[in-house]
This record gives sequence, C-alpha cells and structure tokens, in this order.
Amino acid sequence: MNLHEYQGKNLFAEYGLPVTQGVTAESAEQAVSAADIIGGEKWMVKVQVHAGGRGKAGGVKLVTSKSDIREFADKWLGKRMTTYQTGPKGQPVSRILVEPVTEIANEFYLGAVVDRSSRRIVFMASTEGGVEIEKVAREAPQKILKATIDPMTGAQPHQGREMAFQLGLEGSQIKQFVAIFTGLAKMFQDKDLSLLEINPLVLTADGKMHCLDAKVVVDGNALFRQSAFKEMHDPSQEDSREAEAAAWDLNYVALDGSIGCMVNGAGLAMGTMDIVQLNGGSPANFLDVGGGATKERVSKAFKIILSDDKVRAVLINIFGGIVRCDLIADGVIGAVKDVGVKVPVVVRLEGNNADLGSRKLAESGLDIIAADGLAEAARLVVKAAERS
Amino acid sequence: MSILVNKNTKVICQGFTGSQGTFHSEQAIAYGTKVVGGVTPGKGGTSHLGLPVFNTVNEAVGETGAEASVIYVPAPYCKDSILEAANAGVDLVVCITEGIPTLDMLECKVVCDQLGVRLIGPNCPGVITPGECKMGIMPGHIHVPGKTGIVSRSGTLTYEAVKQTTDHGFGQSSCVGIGGDPIPGSSFTDILALFEQDPDTEAIVMIGEIGGTAEEEAAAFIKDHVDKPVVSYIAGVTAPPGKRMGHAGAIISGGKGTAEEKFAALHDAGVMTVRSLAEIGSALKEVAGW
Repeated sequence: MNLHEYQGKNLFAEYGLPVTQGVTAESAEQAVSAADIIGGEKWMVKVQVHAGGRGKAGGVKLVTSKSDIREFADKWLGKRMTTYQTGPKGQPVSRILVEPVTEIANEFYLGAVVDRSSRRIVFMASTEGGVEIEKVAREAPQKILKATIDPMTGAQPHQGREMAFQLGLEGSQIKQFVAIFTGLAKMFQDKDLSLLEINPLVLTADGKMHCLDAKVVVDGNALFRQSAFKEMHDPSQEDSREAEAAAWDLNYVALDGSIGCMVNGAGLAMGTMDIVQLNGGSPANFLDVGGGATKERVSKAFKIILSDDKVRAVLINIFGGIVRCDLIADGVIGAVKDVGVKVPVVVRLEGNNADLGSRKLAESGLDIIAADGLAEAARLVVKAAERS
Repeated sequence: MSILVNKNTKVICQGFTGSQGTFHSEQAIAYGTKVVGGVTPGKGGTSHLGLPVFNTVNEAVGETGAEASVIYVPAPYCKDSILEAANAGVDLVVCITEGIPTLDMLECKVVCDQLGVRLIGPNCPGVITPGECKMGIMPGHIHVPGKTGIVSRSGTLTYEAVKQTTDHGFGQSSCVGIGGDPIPGSSFTDILALFEQDPDTEAIVMIGEIGGTAEEEAAAFIKDHVDKPVVSYIAGVTAPPGKRMGHAGAIISGGKGTAEEKFAALHDAGVMTVRSLAEIGSALKEVAGW
C-alpha cells in the first residue's frame, strides 16, 4: 500500500527525523492560505500522487507569489498527472502540498527495500539523486552504497557511519546521517514497510541533513497489525474497477485489449494472458479470483469484466485446486442472469469438480463455448472476439 | 526415491482442527499420506479425523516421531507456527498460508537456516510425491508417479504442468510449489539441487514468473550444477509494467526481473524454454528424448 508524500513525512516526523512539514490543500483557496500559515515569500508546491517523476512532469515547483500558487493549483487539482512511473492514464491529483523552501548545498539518494535475493532489508545510498539513480544502478551498480540489515540485530550505527564517510559527509553531518539511517531502519521494521525512499536527502546551506521527499510503501499483508495505515489508504489513486475488485479480495488489473480473462491463481492468470497474446488476441485485464473464491465473488468478478465495454469475448480458465469448478459455474450463471451477457464466453474447467461444473454450464442454457485444454480455449476465444 | 517426502514420511498438521486443516488433512489421508496427528493449542488430548491432537508441536513430535509439518494457520500466526515447528525438531516445514508479512518471513528464514530446517512456502500449494505423500492443497488425482521433477512459484501453473506430464504419460517424481512470496523458504536453486541428486528424477520442469531474480539465479545454478534436461516457462511476458513508487525496486534488481531477461538467462544456461504454457509436455518429450 502506497502512502502520499505528506503522509510519509508525517511518519518521518513521528520518528523525530528532520523533515519539511508543509500544509496540504485540496483547493486553490486552501493552497493560498497554506502559504499564509507557513509564512515567508517563497514556497515549494508539490502535487500529491502515488508515483515518482513528478518534478520532470511539472508537478513540483518553486513559487514566489500567491498568484503563482493559485495558478499551480488550478493547473493540477482535479486533473491527472502522467509520469514515467504511472500508467498512460496517469494518476488523479486531488491534493497539493505547500512547503517552506529549503536552501540546498548538496543532494543525495537514500532508499531501503526488502531485497529478495539476499533476503534482507537493504539500504542504498548514493551521491547521485533523481532519475539518474536508476541509470547508475544499471551501468555502475558498484557506485551504489549498500548496507544489509541483519534481521536479528537491526541496523547498527557503524553501518550508517560507513555510508556517511563514503558519501563524503564530514563533521556533525556524520552523526546526523547516522541518526537518520538508524531511525529509518527502526521505522521500516516497526511499521512493516516494503519500500522507503528519500530522494533527495539534502545537506542544507546551513549544514543540516534534511529529508526533502518521502516515499513510503507499506506491506499490504501487514495491515492487520498496522491499522493506522488503513485510514491513509487513498483509493482515488487506483483504477476504479481495480479498487472495486480489491474490496472483494479480487486481484484485477485493467489492460487495453478486448479479451476479458477470469482465472484462478496469479501465475495461471499471467500464463493465460500470454497464451491469448500468442494466439493473436489481446487481454482486456488480468484477474485472479484467488483460491477461496465463493459464488458471490466469482459473480462479482464476472460483472467487473463485463463492465469494460472494450471486452469482445471472455475466457474463463479455472484449474481447480481448492476452488471447486461447480462453484465457479454457479457464479458465472448467477452473474449472467443478473446482468446479461452480449459477448461470447469460452470456458475451460479443469481439476476439482470440473465435470460437474461443465455439466452445470452446459445445462444452464447459456451461450457458452466449452473448451478442452488451454491451447484450444485460447484459440477459440481469440476467434470469438474477432467475430463479435 | 523422490525428494523431500515419501510414503514413510510422518506428517503432522498445524491448524489441524480448523476448516482448512480439516479439509486438506482428510484429502491427504485419503491420498495415503502418513499423517500421524495434528496440533491445535488448547485441544490437546482430543482426537480429530481419528488421529491424536496435541497442544504443542514439541509434544506432537515427541509422541509420534513426526518429521514434517504442514501449516494451515491464519497469516497473523504463521511466524509463530513456523518457528514452533522449526524449534521442535522437524526436518521439513511446509507453509500453505498466503498473506504473511514479509518481515515475518525474513526472520523465519534466518531461524530455519540456522536450525537446518527446510521450509517450503509460504503462499504455495505444497509438496507431493505422487502415490506416496501429499502435503498441501494440490488436487491429488491429476498426479501419477513418474520421472519428471516439477518446481514452480505458482500453484495453478504447477497443476497445468502436472496435467501435461500426466497426459503425456511421463508422470512426476515429486512436485514442489515454492510459493509466490518475495521471501520464500526455499528457492528454485534449493529444489533444483535436490532434483539433480534424485535418481528417480530424469528431467525437470521449472515454472517461473516475472519479478525478482530467482529465475536468473536458478539459470546460473543450472549452468554449473545441473546435468539433467530442464524445461522452463516464465509467466508474464505480456504483463504490462506496473505502476511503481520510487527507484529503490529498480536499483536493487539492477534492471533485471522481466520475463525476457529470465528467458534469455535460462536459454543461455542450456534450458529449453517454451513461450506457450500449453507446450511444456511436448518440450519435455523433445528435450528428454522420451
């Protein structure tokens, strides 16, 4: 689960980390009065969306007048922002953050992530900030400083010192950096984070280490013990169909093609999309109904697929391990009766109660094309989509 | 022979009396698995499915000599259950549950490694040696004893590969679902090493998916240490790049993790890769000369 920058910064402040505290605004008026609250004669205004690359997309700006703030707010609020980290549709902007300006002497990158390969939390630091950091990682990975956190002992100050010296920090900056490093590591573990990033971490003109940005991703599996984050969830940053699906515990991702796919298991769902594409079709979505699919959830899933008017045909591919195929059939029949279906539906059922499921579908009187095997199912659905 | 489990493996179930534990234990017993009891704290001394229930794994291991434990407890309690099993002296822990916090798994993995306990999963279908022992949620009837070793990150994709090897008449030596979580108890490499040593396994099917670098690591291992023929499919070639936050994920992976990179690494290691999921069986026939 992603946090907005302002939410991340509040979390940083909770841990006593040096971070700019701004004021959020949901209208141009609020943005202008935010500047009054903060005071001074210049401010940073920052679009709040769940994506990086905002600066290059014009979503972060230094402004020197109230009219500039109003202009920025009018330009972005209620619009969508597209960056290289968003999809082509971009993310809706419903909030901007107004902050006092920090005078910067030097910029750094500091991030942390759970590294699958070493099975540890790994901190990364670099003297290169911004988008360039990914290029450095690809072309000269040795230039990225890394500190691996032992799950049993947690982060140790010497790891922070080592990074600080290698970053070229000196004097009291070292101590400040170590405090930020150990504070972030503690926060990462306390709050069940899966990604944390400060880009940039800056050295201010008066010699202070300061967190200018905050990207925080929380492990969705840990929300049962991190309930404070539940209130920070911003469903507007997700596709509306995806958000609706998530509310039903369905894993749905909207795509641009014409063949709706309903599959159990994330791997098989991806494999099904691949084989549809290999047969010359193009998937309209990824949808994993999961192992614990009930009749109601299957029905909901089918309706979500049909709500996409680009869908010309639907492929249902179920390999029942825990999922019972007859229950999938009941869900599909129920959904079709509720909302009607105008596109051809190809069904391939395999595994647990597959025969019973196929029989139910055949006896339902619905216009359903039964397929024997995955290859045939893919071929049939692509053909059906071309015809409809 | 087989890997991890066989007809003599004494299995207990944690979360035995819950709905999942009950359903899948019934299936496992019907399959012929040597289930010797189960653990549900507070229900020790009772009996369930005709088998003894214990309060602790320690007690269950002491009384039954269990060597392996399969876990069906809800995600918030899995770390505790895995650590309990590992400390009670079983050799193998298979955790089926999905939705376990990643940081819990970091700690479980460290402890299991220290104690020399093999952990499979979480978020996986489990382990099966056809005709002998089923620890997990896979549909038993699609498997037949045979000569293909199957290892996969995805449950349903494992079933797909199993069905094809069954339909072709090759059968399976053992099938291992390592699970789709970022931090699995066992990696492809761990399981490939076991299949390479297993005399009953003549060829290996490895099914990966996009994300992480487990397939690239497996490719490097195969190149140096695996002589048996390997067929591999990677799911997600057509998956669009997801929305993401920040750079840290890209930095740590160094730009690796796409399906194309995984295919290339496997191909380079001499693995026969297939682009269509439906071609696993026929590729196996070709590469193994069956």
